Amino acid sequence: MRVTVKYFAGIRETIGTGSERYDTAAATLGELRDELIALGGDHAEALARGKAVRLALNQTMCDESTALSEGAEVAFFPPVTGG
Amino acid sequence: MINVPRVSIQTADFDVAKEIAALRAQDPRVGAVCSFIGTVRDRTAGTPGAISSMELEHYPGMTEKSIESMIDAAHAKFDIFGTRVIHRVGLLAPLDQIVMVAVTSAHRGESFQACEFLMDYLKTQAPFWKKEQTPEGARWVDARVADDVALAKWGITACNG
Repeated sequence: MRVTVKYFAGIRETIGTGSERYDTAAATLGELRDELIALGGDHAEALARGKAVRLALNQTMCDESTALSEGAEVAFFPPVTGG
Repeated sequence: MINVPRVSIQTADFDVAKEIAALRAQDPRVGAVCSFIGTVRDRTAGTPGAISSMELEHYPGMTEKSIESMIDAAHAKFDIFGTRVIHRVGLLAPLDQIVMVAVTSAHRGESFQACEFLMDYLKTQAPFWKKEQTPEGARWVDARVADDVALAKWGITACNG
């Protein structure tokens, strides 16, 4: 299925784009993260296991067990630091 | 109460007095207004002048949605009347205002609590990121575990920091 993946802050800078369309076989956000890591290069560096990465599905914070759906907007970003 | 938006994300500065006046205008139930203003510091580990500027990034769409839902939670939890949250994004300098949370209620207790609740929530759940410009170069600000602890006192578990 096709999803939109967004990146913010340091993760966006490392990957070099803020948004991309991606065809995935992943059932969950955690599996999607693993697929992106498997691309290697900047994706692997930015999303590496052990790094603090937060996730959102359709603009709501969630965790890696959350199920993906066709056309979803997924975001990967570092812990937030507003306020 | 006149029709004021609850959430604004903007690059422009804001006038706290005007915002509070609009929030409580024509609402004679209000007996208490509590506000918090967050501002840009010029230091982190105590070195004055170490931070020359700060860039604030956010997630358009999710930012507004997440703060709207925090405000809904505050209204469900506390007996409050009006809420206004303004958060600036873009390039800011030391002394600049970053964020304002203002709440109205009949008595002070509820608006004090709701104001703190909203700030604790916002610090760990709203998608903003700060990048500081320092003499050593630019660096993304690290999340603080203390902010998760602050939210925990309201019975909400955060794992941001």
